[in-house]
Amino acid sequence: MPDQLIFGMEVVLNGLMAGVLYALVALGFVLIYKASGIFNYAQGVMALFAAMTLVGMMEGRVPFSHLINAIFGTEIHHFGWHLPGLLAILLTMVIMVVLAWIVNQLIFRHLVNQEPIILFMATIGLAYFLEGFGDMMWGSDIKKLDVGLPQGINDWIDATTFEIMGYGFFIDNLDIVATGVAALLVIALVAFAQYSKQGRAMRAVADDHQAALSVGISLNFIWVMVWSLAGFVALVAGIMWGTKSGVQFSLSLIALKALPVLMLGGFTSIPGAIVGGLIIGVGEKLFEFAIGPMVGGATENWFAYVLALIFLVFRPQGLFGEKIIERV
Amino acid sequence: MLDTSPRDETLLEVNNIEVIYNHVILVLKGVSLNVPKGGITALLGGNGAGKTTTLKAISNLLKSERGEVTKGTITYRGERVQDLMPSDLVKKGVVQVMEGRHCFEHLTVEENLLTGAYTRGVSRGEIDADLNMVYDYFPRLKERRKSQAGYTSGGEQQMVAIGRALMSRPETILLDEPSMGLAPQLVEQIFGIVKSLNEEQGYTFLLAEQNTNVALRFAHYGYILESGRVVMDGDAKSLRENPDVKEFYLGMSDEGRKSFRDVRSYRRRKRWLA
Repeated sequence: MPDQLIFGMEVVLNGLMAGVLYALVALGFVLIYKASGIFNYAQGVMALFAAMTLVGMMEGRVPFSHLINAIFGTEIHHFGWHLPGLLAILLTMVIMVVLAWIVNQLIFRHLVNQEPIILFMATIGLAYFLEGFGDMMWGSDIKKLDVGLPQGINDWIDATTFEIMGYGFFIDNLDIVATGVAALLVIALVAFAQYSKQGRAMRAVADDHQAALSVGISLNFIWVMVWSLAGFVALVAGIMWGTKSGVQFSLSLIALKALPVLMLGGFTSIPGAIVGGLIIGVGEKLFEFAIGPMVGGATENWFAYVLALIFLVFRPQGLFGEKIIERV
Repeated sequence: MLDTSPRDETLLEVNNIEVIYNHVILVLKGVSLNVPKGGITALLGGNGAGKTTTLKAISNLLKSERGEVTKGTITYRGERVQDLMPSDLVKKGVVQVMEGRHCFEHLTVEENLLTGAYTRGVSRGEIDADLNMVYDYFPRLKERRKSQAGYTSGGEQQMVAIGRALMSRPETILLDEPSMGLAPQLVEQIFGIVKSLNEEQGYTFLLAEQNTNVALRFAHYGYILESGRVVMDGDAKSLRENPDVKEFYLGMSDEGRKSFRDVRSYRRRKRWLA
């Protein structure tokens, strides 16, 4: 087999793995957009906040320690305990649900029936607030996150591919775990939206707020539920990205990578977020591999956006987006 | 034949309510009406008379449109209901079918119906029984139960909207403009079903309708709204025979063709009526 082809295959595989991580972030967007028509700019920051909180819980950091120390002149930083990963994840989830409730209570409850642009601006405000709040609560240092997920090269794949093709593929164990988790998450979310009573209510709210109110669905309950779900997805994305590249500010910027993913997959489709993520992941890795050297590299920064632009022109609802129903 | 139904117990009582939108626009200027149990009460009037606002004030859907009831009271079974959430009111048995149908477009017809049972904590079997009841009244919906509601016809969507309301097992249904945008034949069919739901299942209806002619044929009692006030009320039969109603709302008059000169007196009488 020619070397180029083998390298190409490895690139595709790595692209798929990267795509899964993009898809995880995009999922959170889809959930909130589907149920409330809000494009939640803060989704990336929520992932960062969730990861920070998780690290803080595990390491037994005292929240707001800088603030407390500055006011009272004390020197406390740690409670002096270490929580096991699973317990810390559960506690973080509780905090994300509380956050969802507060966000709804303080902001979105009062913005029912407002223009989408107003809701969007509100989420931008929320993003910057949450970013600062997270720093204040847990400190702005780069944190290492290790909940015990396997990392490093997968020896089995390396050995097997070496035997078959004479070249060992480098696939990260963490990426494999992330793929499995993302697949489970998607199946669970689709099943929930499609077959459960609350999921049906969620889709009803997405279609028509007023009609949902008129049949007795509580918008507040549905919205808190959806923001909690988005918080959960953010937590999962935060764990994966945080384990991969450390918990730091740049984590919140991956949200921007989710945008082209959404334009490809469609803002309203859960499977679309996954497929869109994979296409972007593979596309940008392959493009960099094949065309990159000719144009001096660094194509990964803009490739996704160009692809998204092309989609906007030819298929604005994305690959799997709900068809815009218009009766004449 | 229509005026013999029981008219003893008052379910819903609206007492002199005022509604203001956005803190400035006064839409209802003192509307009072009674809805008796087991009757079909019609709320009539032209565009912008306040029919929809009255219904929304009752079902508490006003708040999400920045409207509020500033004066007067609304009671259901003698209990004040105007501070309840819409979902609480649905649990009490009052459900609204909104003007313009408002189906959940991306849900199938059956899913639309199932959302109607959202507030009920009952078993799937019981809900299925109600689903079959709805399909009995609207056989057309059974044929189309797997289609997305957004792709069904206007008449079918109106049936979905009514069927969805039935799924909450209501006592009183607030039905807003069921004839809107439908062919006359379909309007007859929908009203016929409303009538049989009323007679066979005992549902109470409060019906807002511009189509005075049809509404007065099916209703027991009618209120006529103009510019946010009730200007006339009475048995459907007496309203049908009232010369003013005939002239202003039914487009009939005893004198045959009118000359342009009559317009002035028409306007004056109409102003007096308002």
